[in-house]
Amino acid sequence: MALKEESFDSNWQPKLESLLWRGRTAGADLIEIFLENTDHLGVLAEQDTITSVNPSFSRGAGIRVFLGERDGFVSTNDLSESGLNLALEQALSMLGLQPNEADYSSFDGLPKLRDFAIAKIQWLNSCPQLKQASERLLYGTNLLDNYGTHLQVRRGSYARDWQEVLVAASDGTYARDIRLNQSMGLNVLATDGQHRSSIGRRYGTSGRPEELLEWDAETCAREVCESAGTMLYADYVEAGQMPVVLANRFGGVIFHEACGHLLETTQIERGTTPFSEKLNQPIAHEAVTAIDEGLTDGAFGSFCMDDEGMEAQRTVLIENGVLKRFISDRAGELRTGHKRTGSGRRQAHTFAAASRMRNTYIAAGPHTPDGLISSIERGLYCKSMGGGSVGPTGQFNFAVEEGYLIEQGALSKPLKGATLIGEAKEVMPRISMCANDLELAAGFCGSVSGNIFVTVGQPHIKVDSITVGGR
Amino acid sequence: MSTKPGKIIELDSKALRDKLSNLAKREGIHQWDLGAACSKDSSVQVDRGEAKQLKGAQRSSITVRVWNNKGLVGITSTSDLSDIGLEKALIGAHQASDFGNANDIPAFSPLAKAPLPNLDRPLRPAQGISRLLELLKQAEAELLSRHPAIQTVPYNALGETNSERIYLNSDGALRQMKRTDACIYLYARAEEDGRKPRSAGAVRLAVGSQDLDIKGCIDEAAELTISHLNYGPIDTGRYLVCFTPEAFLDLIGAFSSIFNARSILDGVSLSQRDSLGSSIAVPFFSLYDNGLHPANVGASTFDGEGTPTQKLCLINQGRLENFLHSEATARAFGVAPTGHAGLGAKVSVGPDWFEVSSTETHNSTINKLDHNSSQETFVLIDGLNALHAGVKASQGSFSLPFSGWLLKKGEKISIEAATVAGDIRTLLNNIEHMESEQVITHNGLCPHVWINGLSISGEA
Repeated sequence: MALKEESFDSNWQPKLESLLWRGRTAGADLIEIFLENTDHLGVLAEQDTITSVNPSFSRGAGIRVFLGERDGFVSTNDLSESGLNLALEQALSMLGLQPNEADYSSFDGLPKLRDFAIAKIQWLNSCPQLKQASERLLYGTNLLDNYGTHLQVRRGSYARDWQEVLVAASDGTYARDIRLNQSMGLNVLATDGQHRSSIGRRYGTSGRPEELLEWDAETCAREVCESAGTMLYADYVEAGQMPVVLANRFGGVIFHEACGHLLETTQIERGTTPFSEKLNQPIAHEAVTAIDEGLTDGAFGSFCMDDEGMEAQRTVLIENGVLKRFISDRAGELRTGHKRTGSGRRQAHTFAAASRMRNTYIAAGPHTPDGLISSIERGLYCKSMGGGSVGPTGQFNFAVEEGYLIEQGALSKPLKGATLIGEAKEVMPRISMCANDLELAAGFCGSVSGNIFVTVGQPHIKVDSITVGGR
Repeated sequence: MSTKPGKIIELDSKALRDKLSNLAKREGIHQWDLGAACSKDSSVQVDRGEAKQLKGAQRSSITVRVWNNKGLVGITSTSDLSDIGLEKALIGAHQASDFGNANDIPAFSPLAKAPLPNLDRPLRPAQGISRLLELLKQAEAELLSRHPAIQTVPYNALGETNSERIYLNSDGALRQMKRTDACIYLYARAEEDGRKPRSAGAVRLAVGSQDLDIKGCIDEAAELTISHLNYGPIDTGRYLVCFTPEAFLDLIGAFSSIFNARSILDGVSLSQRDSLGSSIAVPFFSLYDNGLHPANVGASTFDGEGTPTQKLCLINQGRLENFLHSEATARAFGVAPTGHAGLGAKVSVGPDWFEVSSTETHNSTINKLDHNSSQETFVLIDGLNALHAGVKASQGSFSLPFSGWLLKKGEKISIEAATVAGDIRTLLNNIEHMESEQVITHNGLCPHVWINGLSISGEA
């Protein structure tokens, strides 16, 4: 099912130029218009039935006006000429500005459109039809039934997010793109008397319409069932300070939460990062090189241009422990001086863009995963991480979904209920070993400009000491 | 729906009904309903005396639900309330109904035309961006002046919203309500030489920005932030813990699937269909859901299916008394809908606003447990963090970072970093004491609640 909206074609250029001109006549330093069409489909399978199909579509604009370091932002669902003019006037009035239509000289017009969307027009139609998607999910929940035991709940879910965006700004930015993000996953609740475990795996890609049909549901179902069975009878972890090994793929959430957010210029603006004055200084162990980029083919956090019309880039954040770069957007550059990195991102037109991560990961190192585990006498192996967050003083926390005790250099019994807590400034220097098995995992990141698609990643890493919360 | 420049988008229920009726007739659709909403928001943020970001938004949304000739249900949502948007939504919902779940078909709520409760809330006029900015600048300046260690208020905002919501169906039901509300939050960051930065804050809600208790918000943010400056590590161990009303309500909310009939039918609740009447908490603990409470700023008189909102007893003196229901779950349980539904092909169910109360008989031992005066050694938890990550609702377990203090003989030391862990079933049965004063918070009404033997992991 495709409920595609009217595309942002060349007919929009005069309307956009008129708005930008009116904004400039008012004395604004810069006006940016973000237009958006979305088409979403969510499908849920429970046990052996499709229980929910949720299609939705939306259309809207976000207009942002800068004057000095201040900005006013207005969003609207009304894309009529009057609706957009009203939104512009509201944004201008927030900054004490009014259009002065006698001034004809303040805007030269938009250049030729940089159209990243042109090769992607058929993406939405190439996605699986609802019938195919439903069959695929039911296949997944059926596999869970085959591979699992004690499963009280079996679920499969699929989400397809199609988005067309057009960005026009009075500095000559004029670009259009189409994005397609799809995610699919399986999760279970296993029960046996008072014992319970819930385990899930989710996969996500960008720009690959056929992805759901190519998804390896077999491997996913096997992994979920194996983990649920193992964790069903796991003991609670004993709290304390200990070395941990974090597995690759979604283990990268630790870097994302603990350090990545603190390298966004929004945090410098707020004065909430300990790293604002640390450029070209060591902030992590020399084993750590960390990258944020929007270029990896098919990765969940990849795109051709950011939500401010700037092409995606590869940004080395930390090189051998030394801070090299911050993640910056238009406002971040204006207010902190750090050059934009193609990282201005937002969930939708209802949010102003902010400096946000894309595909963020710690680079591979020289060790083997076994080498990391064997270096620990007693500690925790975090095979699968749940969610996490970082507070306003840089303190982070992560739930460990699937953990194992490390005893005398080898994995022993499964452990549940662990939470890792600490502060980036203290933990980053303690990442002493990186393995050679870098892998990425899709995720969602919620922050100042809404929920966005991101990738986290890392090889297996060893943290020499971290606080593990438990019972 | 009409869009007029310079005015808020307004929902015209009659026009909406007529358009949907005509479209449905054309498509051969005999049963449909819809929920629609629109709002206009303004908000400001400041940074050390300067406007940082000023925001405005006009939002609209509509969800159309359609029953096809086989009786199966499909939905579609859109933000486009134009005639074309409405048509697409109706056709999309009709297409989606081919994939409706034959085992769980929602129907119109039998209470969708029942009288609504009276909710006496004024609609307050918007003060506008300039006034909001002025107020927030003053509030920030006042908070910064309270202590030399408070150097910034990195998370702050003052906003006001007016909104309208409609439910109507092909059977003639029509629900409509307008609301205004406003919110301010101030989260300060304080730092002293050689010490780690500390942060705390406060939130206030009201029906209009002119009604916000801004001074109370400043006072609370300042007091909390200053109280966390004197901090230290805590030893890992089991402690007597006192939850503030805010923290306890957050915890109960995170485990609300216990009372949620949808979660029970889906097999992800700790409760079963036959759990009503069973003991799940100490006998002096009672819990109500009361979306109509006068202090609930976000109160609504009807839910997503048009069912009237009501006060509902969930736990009566320790025993499960009722579950929260939509139309479909109520039908499955053989009871009436309770007014806690969303709107969808698979209708979600959720609580409105909790009231926690005690029928405890006080004695000399428990009277010692007062968070203001107790000489016991205990941990006072005033905020739970990362609930999305640290709560396993289907398992009953939680492991959560928190902000709070260790109190020893009345001396109060902020806890540097720690987590609290446990099981909600054990916790509800280990409530040692509930203080007599019920405190109004933006999540509900609740006293301070004392639990013995909770596990705390610290960095000491």
